[in-house]
Amino acid sequence: MSIQFRHKPGIVVYLTIGDPDLATSKQIALAAIDAGADVLELGVPFSDPLADGPVIQRASERALLHGTRLTDVLALARELRAERPQTGLVIFSYLNPILRLGLEKFCALAQEAGVDGVLVTDLIVEEAEEYRDAMRRHKLQPIFLAAPTSPDARLEQIAKASEGFVYAISRTGITGTQSQVADGAQQLVERIRRYTKLPIALGFGISSAAHVAAVGAFADAAVIGSAIVAIIEKSTPAEAPTAVAAFLSGLGVAPVATGETLAIPS
Amino acid sequence: MSKVTATESKPSSAIAGRFGAYGGRYVPETLMAALEELESAYAAAQADPAFTSELAYLLHHYAGRPTPLYHAARLTEFLGGAKIYLKREDLLHTGAHKINNCIGQGLLARRMGKRRIIAETGAGQHGVATATVCALFGMECVIYMGEEDMRRQELNVYRMRLLGAEVRGVSSGSATLKDAINEAMRDWVTNVRNTYFCMGSVLGAHPYPTMVRDFQKVISLEAHAQILEAEGRLPSAIIACVGGGSNAMGAFFEFIPDKNVRLIGVEAGGRGTGSGEHAARFQGGSPGVLQGTYSYVLQDDAGQVSLTHSVSAGLDYASVGPEHAALHDSGRAEYVSASDAEALHATVTLARMEGILPALESAHAVAEAMRLAPKLQRSDILLVNISGRGDKDMGILARELKLQGA
Repeated sequence: MSIQFRHKPGIVVYLTIGDPDLATSKQIALAAIDAGADVLELGVPFSDPLADGPVIQRASERALLHGTRLTDVLALARELRAERPQTGLVIFSYLNPILRLGLEKFCALAQEAGVDGVLVTDLIVEEAEEYRDAMRRHKLQPIFLAAPTSPDARLEQIAKASEGFVYAISRTGITGTQSQVADGAQQLVERIRRYTKLPIALGFGISSAAHVAAVGAFADAAVIGSAIVAIIEKSTPAEAPTAVAAFLSGLGVAPVATGETLAIPS
Repeated sequence: MSKVTATESKPSSAIAGRFGAYGGRYVPETLMAALEELESAYAAAQADPAFTSELAYLLHHYAGRPTPLYHAARLTEFLGGAKIYLKREDLLHTGAHKINNCIGQGLLARRMGKRRIIAETGAGQHGVATATVCALFGMECVIYMGEEDMRRQELNVYRMRLLGAEVRGVSSGSATLKDAINEAMRDWVTNVRNTYFCMGSVLGAHPYPTMVRDFQKVISLEAHAQILEAEGRLPSAIIACVGGGSNAMGAFFEFIPDKNVRLIGVEAGGRGTGSGEHAARFQGGSPGVLQGTYSYVLQDDAGQVSLTHSVSAGLDYASVGPEHAALHDSGRAEYVSASDAEALHATVTLARMEGILPALESAHAVAEAMRLAPKLQRSDILLVNISGRGDKDMGILARELKLQGA
């Protein structure tokens, strides 16, 4: 398994797992895959999501109300892997739940579940030496965030430490939708390209077909998070999978021809 | 409160800002450039005599340093044991030690050309000190404060607004200090290019724990010289309350090499030992990452941060400065707790014995001194840091003491 983008641009879907409940999260994940998601970011709810805006904060609170744990997210990943072998699966978490479980145990469980990659919001490259060693031992791809404020020297480190894809943050700030793709986003993607041949996914604030088309002009994939979490918030659990699938279908991204998938083996 | 076993994982220490295994930088990438800019600006400022002399001038003429080291003779007599000295940080401008740090960071922000200052506050003392320094330097000031803390420290909310600061209430989580820090960090990550984050304690990502401790170590620099002048010898112990831990780090720091001086930090024992009933990180916590740093954290077995309780808003926090975590593990400092009831009792005792009304936070240190002094000899000396004054707590005191029939 490896992370592959089969659309142009590729579609990465973020879900807060356990919102509204684990069973519904699974149905939403399957619906998102069938509607064209190339990669799922399985979000681990955390009590103190300081990089997230109100939409994902509320989703985390709902998921934590019934005690969703990192191990539940890993168990869900295993089920998704069994049912949809081709989709990229990324665990998306703050660091503390991973440390609490134990880095080695987390990596072993993630590998066993068939997870492809891991993105830790509050783990920068300099602090990630032990983490990267553990990921390597368990054949997991570490994905790091690149920010518009990152100087070139940091972008180089981030690009070299990342596998699977590089996640470029479109603007300074927390997660959440906005009316257009930020001005500096293209410049950031171009700066990252100097240091890597990996696909570059752009996230933060992408919520419409127009945004995705704009992102597709310069990046390899678009990450859609808060827009989808907001749809889940507004839907009943029964409606949520269909509503998410309808939204993704409405983005109008085209599949790439067979054999042209954008994937760099780790 | 059984001690939770630490997990096997410890983050690596590839960068500066480590205290043993603790500290480091655990932040979203967006903030890294700002932290690196802050670190180099702080290093340049420390080496610049113009910066250090202006800091010294303001600490003396504006904040009122040095603060007295006062021999509490009646309290000593009443307790019948060790001789008690009080370091009077409560006499500083704005009423607490927080001003030491805010003058330092305010000068640094001005040097860096930042005109917008944001800060978190728990009891409101750091918010008041930040608002004060922003008024002094003509800077824009936004303070994040949990709504629960705004309710119980209402006077400080008025003070901040009177000083020209905007106070933004935070309703998430337990609506206390931790939630205010989350919201301040969200503001910072959004406005990082023009905004200076004035962290109020020895918390957060490097360089904050080191920098805030440096600005607070003036407490122990003075106290070290003052006790030698008064007694010709060092005290048996230094006692300070520990929320984030800035007054305690300031009071401990210069005494760390003096191995015969016990360093005693007092955490909030709250109203019980169950989860959510206290803020005693070294009794109920385990190592983890919260809000930028690796330290002891009150958390559940899934790594979710626990709710906390203390009668004093300034101690009501789920983690603790990483340098305290290192001092704890090495055994150089001891950490105990005092309950809400003990702190309230200590407040009344100090008020009636010495005519000094301590902040509820500082009263936790007084409570430990009251337990310890009678067990020691009359030749022993205890140095208690009175980190702030209790004027802000009148509403809570009126309510709580009435409930207790005092």
